[in-house]
Amino acid sequence: MSAAQEIAAPPATPGWKRALGKARSNPTTLAGLLICLVIIVSAVFAPWLAPFDPTEQNIMDRLQPPGGDYLLGTDQFGRDILSRLMWGGRISLTVSLGAIGVAIVIGGTIGMVSGYIGGRFDLFVMQVMDVLLSFPSLILGLIVVALLGPELVNLVVAIALTAIAPFARVARAPTLALKERAFVEAGRALGFSHLRILFRHILPNILSEVMVMGTLWLATAVRVEASLSFIGLGVKPPTPTWGGMTRDGFENILDAPWLAICPGVAILLLVLGLNMVGDGLRDATDPKLRNE
Amino acid sequence: MSDPVLTVDGLRKHFVSRKGFPRPRTVTVRAVEDVSFRIHAGEAFGLVGESGCGKSTVARAALRLIEPDAGRITWKGQDVRAATGGALKALRRRMQIVFQDPYSSLDPRQSIGSALVEPMRVHGLAEGAEARRKAGALLEEVGLPAAALDRFPHEFSGGQRQRIGIARALTVEPELIVADEPVSALDVSVQAQVLLLLQELRRRRGLSFLFVSHDLSVVRWFCDRVAVMYLGRIVEEGPTARVLAAPLHPYAQMLRDASPIPDPSRRGVLPRIIGEIPSAANPPPGCPFHPRCAQALPHCARDLPRWSLAPGEGQGGVACHLHG
Repeated sequence: MSAAQEIAAPPATPGWKRALGKARSNPTTLAGLLICLVIIVSAVFAPWLAPFDPTEQNIMDRLQPPGGDYLLGTDQFGRDILSRLMWGGRISLTVSLGAIGVAIVIGGTIGMVSGYIGGRFDLFVMQVMDVLLSFPSLILGLIVVALLGPELVNLVVAIALTAIAPFARVARAPTLALKERAFVEAGRALGFSHLRILFRHILPNILSEVMVMGTLWLATAVRVEASLSFIGLGVKPPTPTWGGMTRDGFENILDAPWLAICPGVAILLLVLGLNMVGDGLRDATDPKLRNE
Repeated sequence: MSDPVLTVDGLRKHFVSRKGFPRPRTVTVRAVEDVSFRIHAGEAFGLVGESGCGKSTVARAALRLIEPDAGRITWKGQDVRAATGGALKALRRRMQIVFQDPYSSLDPRQSIGSALVEPMRVHGLAEGAEARRKAGALLEEVGLPAAALDRFPHEFSGGQRQRIGIARALTVEPELIVADEPVSALDVSVQAQVLLLLQELRRRRGLSFLFVSHDLSVVRWFCDRVAVMYLGRIVEEGPTARVLAAPLHPYAQMLRDASPIPDPSRRGVLPRIIGEIPSAANPPPGCPFHPRCAQALPHCARDLPRWSLAPGEGQGGVACHLHG
């Protein structure tokens, strides 16, 4: 049969591989990826890479300007800013990754199940999500941390809570479209359970959209964590956090501006980098741009 | 003839929706009003009619992909509508469906091999290497190389995807296949190939078919018996040869006349077709076809015609006052 000869296409390339290849060819995405990588590596390997102990005070060397022995200077207790930045990055990354991970799993599942079931249930769930969405993420985070206390786990919970609703939305929309496709009906005709259809057939098809959103929301999570630390609701001192360092630096902003500027720039770079990667991934997975 | 495998009696499905603001009105679309038919083992039963007459809804309701509102569906004597859980799963193995749109009928993220192995695993028919071997054999049976197992749906043409959809339906070894316009989305040259494949499978595996189509020439070639649907009701039913050669119902005549015959010497004058198919949300009283019927009698607008048998043994029947 001629059908047999017609198949001369190259071996399968899954969608995400194609998306990654496309993202790599975009200079902005590449730059964002580089920024994120530098920050991630310096945070993960901080115990080995940091030149000084981030909490060790050296009263003789307090408020040193950048350059010299201390690359980015020291704070009012004589602690090395660069080392504190590297260690502080661990908090930022842990909290944002943890929070967004939790939000993707919970929010994504809520949105997917709600869209799949549909009807009044969907209406109800999405209205609850809308209420959640109406709180600015910082305010909601503030409420939760104020109630539960400024612990690392509570920060994760607080930020995750603010991100659940958007992930529910982003997972629901493609689910609504997918459940009308014939392959879902075929699954039902073949006797597949709803769980199997949801997690084996719908989930893989919405995953790329959710992950793109995840990258963009990581940036928001970094920002919210820093903001909470800045107003004193983050991880407690002396553990270095970027938000906390910015606030401490504020007291000496006139005679030692690098104290506040350095962590501020770190936050800016990480948020920028994550957004650049997220935008690149979004463009790469956008079916309208895919064939260009 | 043997006992029927699939019996449908008085099937009804209305879709209710609320429309409008601020005062919503309830709109009831009477997709399927009252449909009965039976399909015997190894028989191909055609369901024809224009778009929106409810034929696809009948097909889906018979498989309980849509829950019918009323009526009785039995598979070899077993009540399909009452089946739940394991019993329903076992029934699903017996009846499979092939879809119209080959582009949406396969999961784009699932390899062909995985799509064919999954149903076997779900029904405990085969596992691992054994399942893969079976899947490869099925692909070859539908005319694709077993090497296609590791490829993804986007690498295939519409006709090839339709073959894969057919192979997937065969994974659970069904006895009846509901073919919902299986070739109408394909190029004409590919249509013939897929129809030949279905015909071959039917012969080799002794499959029964519920064949939904709006293409009379396809139905003429494939089906043993055919039912003509109009606005949620069967208006005529009988052996394909009789119904398409000598239709009794004016609507069936109209359909037959609208179907082209590839023979210039038989070129005739097409009868005027009056109007559009009425909305199933607001069907006319009496015979649903009377507003478009050239031969309508006064009481056609009042009384629903009863089912009457066509002359001759096993020639089916018709629902029309002209033949009452």
